[in-house]
Amino acid sequence: MKAPPFAYRRVDSVAAAAALLREHGDEARLIAGGQTLLATLGMRLSEPSLLIDIRGITEMQGIAVADGHLRIGALARHVDVERSALVARHLPLLSLAAPHIAHAAIRNRGTFGGSIAFADPAAEWPACTVAADGALTLSDGTRSRTVAATDFFLGLYQTALRPDELITAVQFPLPGPQRRFAFTELARRHGDYATVGVALAGDVTDGRLDNPRIVYFGIGGTPVRARAAEAALAGGRAEPAALDRAVAELGGELAPAGDLYAAAATKLHLAGVLLRRGIQSLMAEDVQS
Amino acid sequence: MNSITPRAATVEKIVGRAVPRPNARRLVEGRGTYVDDVELPRMVHVAYLRSPHAHARILRIDAAAALDMPGVVAIVDGRQLAEICAPFVGALSHLAGMRSPPQHAMAVDRACWQGEAVVAVVAQTRAQAEDAMQAVEVTWEVLPAVTRMDTALDPGTPVIHPELGDNLCFHREVDSGGVDDAFAAADVVVEETYDFGRHTGVTLEPRSILADYNPAERRLTVHHSHQAPHMMGDLYARLMGILEADVRVLCKDVGGSFGIKVHAYADDFATVALSVLLGRPVKFVADRLESFVTDIHAREHRVKARLALTRDGRFLAFDIADLTGIGPYSMYPRTSAVEGNQVINLCGGPYDHPHYRATLDVVFQNKVQTSQYRGVGHPIACAVTEGIVDLAAATLGMDPLELRRRNLMADDSFPRKGASGILLESLSHQRCLARLEEMVDFPALRREQAELRAKGIHRGIGIAVLIELTNPGAAFYGTGGARIASQDGATVRLDPTGIVHCASGVGEQGQGTETIFAQIVADEVGVPMDRVRVLTGDTAATPYGGGTWASRGAGIGGEAVLQASRQLRANLLEFAAVHLGLPVERLRIAGGSVIDTAEGVALMDLAELGSLAHFRPDLLPAGFQPELVVTRHYAQRDYPFIFTNGIQVSHVEVDVETGVVTLLKHWVVEDCGRVLNPLLVDEQIRGAVMQGLGGVLFEECLYDENGVMRNGSMADYLVPMAGEMPDIEVAHVETPTRSSELGAKGAGEAGTAGAPAAVMNAINDALRPFAVRLTAQPITPEKILHALHPHLAG
Repeated sequence: MKAPPFAYRRVDSVAAAAALLREHGDEARLIAGGQTLLATLGMRLSEPSLLIDIRGITEMQGIAVADGHLRIGALARHVDVERSALVARHLPLLSLAAPHIAHAAIRNRGTFGGSIAFADPAAEWPACTVAADGALTLSDGTRSRTVAATDFFLGLYQTALRPDELITAVQFPLPGPQRRFAFTELARRHGDYATVGVALAGDVTDGRLDNPRIVYFGIGGTPVRARAAEAALAGGRAEPAALDRAVAELGGELAPAGDLYAAAATKLHLAGVLLRRGIQSLMAEDVQS
Repeated sequence: MNSITPRAATVEKIVGRAVPRPNARRLVEGRGTYVDDVELPRMVHVAYLRSPHAHARILRIDAAAALDMPGVVAIVDGRQLAEICAPFVGALSHLAGMRSPPQHAMAVDRACWQGEAVVAVVAQTRAQAEDAMQAVEVTWEVLPAVTRMDTALDPGTPVIHPELGDNLCFHREVDSGGVDDAFAAADVVVEETYDFGRHTGVTLEPRSILADYNPAERRLTVHHSHQAPHMMGDLYARLMGILEADVRVLCKDVGGSFGIKVHAYADDFATVALSVLLGRPVKFVADRLESFVTDIHAREHRVKARLALTRDGRFLAFDIADLTGIGPYSMYPRTSAVEGNQVINLCGGPYDHPHYRATLDVVFQNKVQTSQYRGVGHPIACAVTEGIVDLAAATLGMDPLELRRRNLMADDSFPRKGASGILLESLSHQRCLARLEEMVDFPALRREQAELRAKGIHRGIGIAVLIELTNPGAAFYGTGGARIASQDGATVRLDPTGIVHCASGVGEQGQGTETIFAQIVADEVGVPMDRVRVLTGDTAATPYGGGTWASRGAGIGGEAVLQASRQLRANLLEFAAVHLGLPVERLRIAGGSVIDTAEGVALMDLAELGSLAHFRPDLLPAGFQPELVVTRHYAQRDYPFIFTNGIQVSHVEVDVETGVVTLLKHWVVEDCGRVLNPLLVDEQIRGAVMQGLGGVLFEECLYDENGVMRNGSMADYLVPMAGEMPDIEVAHVETPTRSSELGAKGAGEAGTAGAPAAVMNAINDALRPFAVRLTAQPITPEKILHALHPHLAG
């Protein structure tokens, strides 16, 4: 299908983008990589009258480490994150996750911030951002605020973004030397949205797991942090009995909805399998340096 | 005369060599000409408003608002088109008793599947047509939909076409006799039911057509992405009342077809009828979303199979019952019964067994029409046969390879009949099996399997023997009343520059047909391949022929090219002999030159002969006229089909906790007769295997209970991609057919035929410790999980 007619504006500042959002309201959509938006336009699932192209906004670019944080500009493309030496050194969770995002051609265009703003519940970056205790910098061009990733995802495609706000960057606290990460995902084909996936983090000291983060995607309306499962594993050595308890807790805190190819019960089962595998990978001695 | 060229070296044959496709570069550079690349003056675009319901009466169409939208040229309904285009019936008379109601170019009064075109919106651009389409209002009365094939014939099920009395399209039985006695006497009987999910072919270039009717001379030119241009020309002529001589169909570059583009779609007739109505060119390019609900689907089958054996593993009888659902109309003109018909002809096909019985029921449903798609019935017949053979091996405790070895038709038993009545010219099952055992170290795989099982890793090995019908014979389709040529022709000509042109009725869809034709011309005329030009896909410029389907391009089209090329060479030699005053026996043509075999020297380039004939006939002896254009035709008259055979092996790992199947490796031994170009044949096989992998693991058109397709997009319909592709190793055994001098059989579909069976068997082999069997394709991770963990199936 052909996209319905729309106007197109390029902006070079957050303020200009926010002003257009205020002026056009729900009729306007931001476009960066167009990873999802272009397909929805082509299928006429979305018919905005104005596209605001934000790719030229300098302040939203780049990946940098400063003040104890890794900052990923919202316009960093998936491929930029995938290939970033800074990310690989400081936050390898993102390096582990990046290859699972669609295919190279899409990773060359789609953006980090776009994926988080769109908040597809089966996407990788929202879950990783929660698991790595990320915080989002939101701006309407005049005022900025910071929202923790755990507070950002409100429901299916619902976020804490106000109508005239943009995500400008995501800040991650630099993990300590004990912090380890694991990422695992099941998809029907390489590059598909996840059937179920999980992003894991934890401090591993002498075989003991502390401060675990277990964040699922593809299983609810938002990234789902499995806090009871975390509690079952926290402070322990991830021995079989603890893992069994953690997996059992998932039934209480995950409420998966079935999709075309996996029923809710299947997803819950797979969540348990992935938890065991993810924790095993997290605890394995040689996984992270 | 120029005789100073040194001794001509022996010229190596080009046929049989892995020559790359000369046309690939043009396509890779984006310089191809697909239908959508063709722009004509005054051209307009059509978008079809399609029924959102599987079955609904059209109460009212209100297009008033849409007609005022920018760029709109016309908005037309089915009733208007019915005045231009006659209805059509997808039935073949040799399929006795087959019934299908008349179908119109667009729905008249009633839509019978979700996706049937109801209103045509014609505008200056496709985008404008889509804009206006949103403003067309259709009032529907939703009717009950028939979706399930297993209840389609029940008395309580609504009858889609009341005039037919029930939902049965076609029923057939095959019975060699003696089946019940064989089962009664058998030591072992195994029985299993196999389900096959509906799926569809996905081409890079969607179905596309540009119809250009010129009312001044009542001539129709159609640019079409299609496999059978002459067939379409005939149909347009007859349905629109235009002389066939005044219809020209052009199929330039075709971006994949797989059988999807061998059919005559209602959309095709509607687009042509709109051009006739409007007197201007009308373009229709299907988008991906409408392709999913209008391109033919295939393979929705449920097959019950029984096999009777002796204790020592000799097959006694197969008993097969196939049920298939085909949508509301049998597809025109090849019908939707051929797939099922081939299933019941082919089951048990590789094996020597005396008794065979099969029944086929083909039923109507309110879903997309099904019809021939790459492999046509073979993937089903092969999976059923090889699935139940594996079950028998497990039941007998016998190695599956050994059980096959004991029952395969012996290589020295041909020509012969199969138990279903099929005629088999010459197959090489035993040699293929031997070749396979050279390729695949089965003992090592079994050792590894046992070792890994102990560690909780479950790998499986699946074998599939197959036969495939190719090179259809002279009677095919014509005997059933369809005007689809079984013969094909080739014209070769020498031009004044020494270039040899070849025009063939068989076209190119990306498989390399033009390349192998150029190879054949080069060898048979005696010119380098870069001196050959091939033209296909133009009914005004190529000999009348059937086109590309049923793996006939190389075997039928190639033989015509060979025969024409040989005659052109003979004409050129005679011409050279007359001109040079030498006995013709002394001359040959190689490397584009006439060679004196006595002296071993090149006497003249073919360009000199060409120039002489065209520009200086005054120098030729009186009464001698060189003929530099030759046309030859070929129809395969020896057998109904020339069967090929092969064996595939799949090696998989099944993750028993997630149900995920990892394809580790795939082996193919294939006998497609003479291999004309191993590069192209191997890639045909790999691509076809990949489509088979799609069917067995990924692809399924999912419908809800109202007959609405649930996964009709590229995001939701799972076509396997490069990332899912295993390494595929291919080997050949060559048993040339004696029905032609070329010796080539078809190679394009066997990969699709065997891959699903091999993978299904490999999965079940991996899961043997769990005593479960997966027999419903696609075998999804969830189905595997449900088999292994029944509580999840809830």
